[in-house]
Amino acid sequence: MDFLMKPTLLKDKKFFTPGVIILILLAINAIVFLAFRFFSGLGSMTNLNNQNPWGIWIAIDVASGVALAAGGFTSAALGHIIHKNEYEVILRPALLTAMLGYTFVALGVFIDLGRYYYIWHPLVMWNGSSPLFEVGICVIIYVTVLYIEFIPIVCERFIGKVKLIASLSFLNKPIDSLLRFLDRSLSKTMFIFIIAGVVLSTLHQSSLGTLMVIAGPKMHPLWQTPILPLLFLLSAIGVGFPMIIFESLIASRSFGLKAEMHVLSKLGRMVGPILGIYLAFKIGDMFIRGTFVYLTEINTQSIMFVIEMLVGVIVPLRMFFSEKVLNSKLLLFFASTLTVIGVMLNRINTFLVAYSPPYALKSYFPSVGEISVTVGFIAILVLIYRVIVMNLPVISLPDKKLVHKTKYEIIGGSK
Amino acid sequence: MDRRNFLKAAAIACTAAIPAKDLKANEKFKIDEDRVGVLVDTTICIGCRNCEWACKKAHNLSTEPLEKYSNREVFENKRRPNNKALTVVNQFYNPKNSQLPIDVKVQCMHCDEPACVSACIVHAITKHKEGPVTWDSTMCIGCRYCMVACPFQIPAFEYDKALQPKIMKCDFCIDRQKEGKLPACVEICPTETLTFGKRKDLIEIARDRIKRKPNRYSNHILGEHEVGGTSWLYLAGQDFSKLDFPKLVSDPAPGVTESIQHGIFAYFIPPIALYALLGGIMWINKNKSGEE
Repeated sequence: MDFLMKPTLLKDKKFFTPGVIILILLAINAIVFLAFRFFSGLGSMTNLNNQNPWGIWIAIDVASGVALAAGGFTSAALGHIIHKNEYEVILRPALLTAMLGYTFVALGVFIDLGRYYYIWHPLVMWNGSSPLFEVGICVIIYVTVLYIEFIPIVCERFIGKVKLIASLSFLNKPIDSLLRFLDRSLSKTMFIFIIAGVVLSTLHQSSLGTLMVIAGPKMHPLWQTPILPLLFLLSAIGVGFPMIIFESLIASRSFGLKAEMHVLSKLGRMVGPILGIYLAFKIGDMFIRGTFVYLTEINTQSIMFVIEMLVGVIVPLRMFFSEKVLNSKLLLFFASTLTVIGVMLNRINTFLVAYSPPYALKSYFPSVGEISVTVGFIAILVLIYRVIVMNLPVISLPDKKLVHKTKYEIIGGSK
Repeated sequence: MDRRNFLKAAAIACTAAIPAKDLKANEKFKIDEDRVGVLVDTTICIGCRNCEWACKKAHNLSTEPLEKYSNREVFENKRRPNNKALTVVNQFYNPKNSQLPIDVKVQCMHCDEPACVSACIVHAITKHKEGPVTWDSTMCIGCRYCMVACPFQIPAFEYDKALQPKIMKCDFCIDRQKEGKLPACVEICPTETLTFGKRKDLIEIARDRIKRKPNRYSNHILGEHEVGGTSWLYLAGQDFSKLDFPKLVSDPAPGVTESIQHGIFAYFIPPIALYALLGGIMWINKNKSGEE
């Protein structure tokens, strides 16, 4: 390594690209459909009914969203708690993804709730036996923690540089001292929030799996198991690093930066064993409960299960154990994408495909409106991500100034 | 950051977590021995559907006049209780006598250990010790988890309402019961298909009927043990699975979930222990890298 990496704002990059314009159109489309949802009720634009109360907003926006934002806590555990300094460069992008991811999880819940204006009720009305309550409370606290963890990045950008427009310029000084105060107090207490973030994540990632256990016989036995919480936690940990690799490679391509392959392949090296443990538990559970018999029937459930396991777990598992894959940008991207798709498939299968209510008149398939909103939310998330990395120091770039000074020094792990 | 700071902060974090201990299971709910129930004898029901009409009247739901309910065409399709009808009667072919179809009234079973009550994120659904399971409009946030949880697939949701959509389900006419009246369906039933009374007495009555007419009844009181027992009990002349009842085990519906939840959160020890463990690892690793 010749360069020291430093988080930098990508100010000189162009915001509007053809891709960005498509994302904006998708976002507008989602907002139009959302207007229907808020003015005419959930029934007006979703395919939800009394047989299938939950659709893709829960399965993708919420359940998959939480899982795919797991990079936030796995990287925090690796970088801050196990304290591996070489992963410094991925911490901020992973934190930003988690922060935005969870914000959109909360938004997904908000639009799905029949009485969205009562979303604060769980804060004061508690039911400790409900896994949904536990997920809700943990997500609320965790979102707060993520925003707190992000404050130092904002401070770093604006301390000494607060310049509001003329009529508000009298606020420059107070805001600057507020930022300085936050920066000072957070630098001493940040470890509390970092550990809390990891604990909260393990709790609600697993409780998200507990959610469907109560559906009992309404769930297909291939997915219905008392160890669902453990499987959800393991798969969330498993998808954390692939998600970081996935978005890091996309971001570096989109902004025309050099990919951080040396860090990413190191991350990739850890994915294989985690996926292996997940697979072992999944297969062990199938043996113990004897659910292999359901694979002999050919139906939607068994086919989806095989796709989920093959495409989402077994193939990437094999790939992450190969040196060739770990050192190739393209193959590493492919393996990570498969893992991400695999976990999404698992959440969709658990919440929708496995859920077969006894009196369903027809099986659920998302409406155009539901798909539009889900796609639009992802588009808005990507757009906000782009705005933030262009204006705040999130993505690390080689720092030319530092290079000259330190060119012949051996750069250790220290900051 | 020195050791004292670390310990101080850790202590603050721990104390902050302790009041949340109340989160753990609400005290074991004591259910009344004399709780009420209804015995539905499907071998008596004639499918007049007067109960459907009375139910709508009692709950201020829009309904056609009672005369219209004699229309037998509705039996061509199997119906389910929904947001516009809290109870419905379905008709099934009778293998013993094809001239006498079997009619089955469906509504909330009012479980003794309801999955919906355990699942509800804000405790908007309550199991009353007298028997009924009711829903509270002032608390519900409309997440529809009760619908996911219910093993009988009963709670319905007003998808067409943009504001204050309700979870609709039979409330066992709890308001009428408080006034000393019978549930509307029981009161109107012309054939004594529905017997209202203490659940334990109803089980005796049902056993007695089975004993006296073993040819008429199959030896199974649905709801006596299913999902931990239900307030509404059913008798039938044939296997209940042929009458569209779900096959259920006798373990309470929320059982496993609650054990998992209470295992993870036993007095908040596991999360706090994990917090301490991670804190320790962080402390050690930080010192190590500092020494280098």
